[in-house]
Amino acid sequence: MDSEHTLTAPSPPPPALSPSTRAGSDFAIEAEGLSRTYRTRTGWLRPRLQTVDAVRGVDLSVRRGELFGLLGPNGAGKTTTIKMLNTLLIPSAGTARVGGYDVVTQTREVRRRIGYVFGGDRGLYDRLSGLDNLRYFAELYAVPAREQKRRIAELLELVGLRGREGERVEGYSRGMRQRLHIARGLLHRPEVLFLDEPSIGVDPVAARELRRTVAGLAANGTTIVLTTHYMAEADELCDRIAVIAGGRIQALGTPAELRRRADGRRVLEIEAYGVPDAALAALRELPGVRETAVEARGTQQLLTVQSDTDVDVQGDVLRELSGIRLGRVTSREPTLEDAYVAIVNAS
Amino acid sequence: MTTLRMLAIGTLLHAKHLSRSPFEVAMALIVPLVQATLAVHLFRSGDGSHRLIEAAVGAGLMGIWASVLTGSGGAIQNQRWQGTLEMIMLAPRRPVTVILPITAATAVTGMYALLATLAWGRIVYGIRIELAHPAAFLAAAVACVLGLGMFGLLLASTFVLLRNANALANPLDYPIWLLSGMLVPITVLPSWTLPVAAVLPTTWGARALREATVGGPVWPSIGICLAIGAVCLVVGGYCLTVFERRARVTATLALS
Repeated sequence: MDSEHTLTAPSPPPPALSPSTRAGSDFAIEAEGLSRTYRTRTGWLRPRLQTVDAVRGVDLSVRRGELFGLLGPNGAGKTTTIKMLNTLLIPSAGTARVGGYDVVTQTREVRRRIGYVFGGDRGLYDRLSGLDNLRYFAELYAVPAREQKRRIAELLELVGLRGREGERVEGYSRGMRQRLHIARGLLHRPEVLFLDEPSIGVDPVAARELRRTVAGLAANGTTIVLTTHYMAEADELCDRIAVIAGGRIQALGTPAELRRRADGRRVLEIEAYGVPDAALAALRELPGVRETAVEARGTQQLLTVQSDTDVDVQGDVLRELSGIRLGRVTSREPTLEDAYVAIVNAS
Repeated sequence: MTTLRMLAIGTLLHAKHLSRSPFEVAMALIVPLVQATLAVHLFRSGDGSHRLIEAAVGAGLMGIWASVLTGSGGAIQNQRWQGTLEMIMLAPRRPVTVILPITAATAVTGMYALLATLAWGRIVYGIRIELAHPAAFLAAAVACVLGLGMFGLLLASTFVLLRNANALANPLDYPIWLLSGMLVPITVLPSWTLPVAAVLPTTWGARALREATVGGPVWPSIGICLAIGAVCLVVGGYCLTVFERRARVTATLALS
């Protein structure tokens, strides 16, 4: 096991154990050596077989009632990991248990105890109303008929869709769809909720509401596994975070522990227009520079340079960028996002 | 009881969802009318002008089959495109109880095809709707919907496994029309087709409808149609369980 996986977090608030909790395990999720390889075949006459190792030996344990974040760049293996844990994919190797049940051999027991919510526009019956969507999934999840009306009303209230439930989903905004997704995922009061990039494409106000709902669920004892690209979201919500890249967990710890990975660094942010690759390469060679990253923001670029605290690199950096149109230049303390960039770049 | 309730509500909601698709509605409105027109002219040009009611009923059955086939294949594919296939398969239910309402809904909406072709025949071609056994005709129509819905489930089980389910569904349309004697009596087909026709619920459904229309022993045909349908349900249920697991290995429940 990677030594980074043994980092322990400060104990989260004691979770509320459900009656169906199996005795003998403090963990809602346990995975050992979880791996997944995708095989694709292209062409008929001369077929070519391609294999992609999406997840390569993930070990993790999530305590009951914990809000656990899974962070990583696109294609890192986050969604594949979640789909193995929620039984949608069978692992190529390794084992995983959710609520004490094996995800491969005790599929139905696992499914009774989990909810799955993913981000984006898909996953709902667009030509049905929000209420019809919830009624259908309440039936699928065997919510007793006499409880359905009350449960659906509760959830509509929780996600702020009361009064809009009779409208067809095709007329819902992205934020409303996302809230309906969450209501659906909670219909059967799952012990474990998987949230796969739930705030993707959601406006800031709706995203804040979403975070409040997620925090509320965690406070009530629901175990939550959250994948997200938004560091602020992970920082605000998660008890622990695993950074995954290249199909492997690269770091695991509390947000504070991960932030410390960037201790001893300083971050220089420069707004620029048209930074050539050659200039970036030159910046990376400067003494004291540890990481560089460029984020496109329309026509503008945000150049981030991480350096050792005891080396003032600003003068050297600006010299390398001479002749390039620059905007605001700021120097700041590193954030969780900077630590994340450092971890991913090092992987 | 909860399973029956789930099947009923699932069928109702899937039928509701289908009935709100402009594409499905347009197809359901136009295709049966074209088929009825073709059937009537085929029978008229031959020596079957006295059997026009059979033509209308046969064309109606073709419509139900087309709805089940394209519906089962298309519905599974649509669920995949919508991202709902993963969500419904994730429910703690047997896969057969999750997929059956989808195929049943396509058979229910396909019933419209039968009614539309009969109405078209009456209005445009003046075909007199004289049924030998009206009550048995109703029972045969219901048996057709159930039998075809269960046959659709067997087909749908393979569609769960294949990402390009439509490629399999589309070519099956015409052979089943022919083999089941929906339009052409199976007695005029080559003898090797008879054993194949005998195991298709569509053959017995078509026969039951024809017998209820022109006279004959309707109930044995209804019984055989339902019995074969029940076998399809059991085999389809088993296949779905196996194929669902296989789909989780090959990652074909999702589009990507």
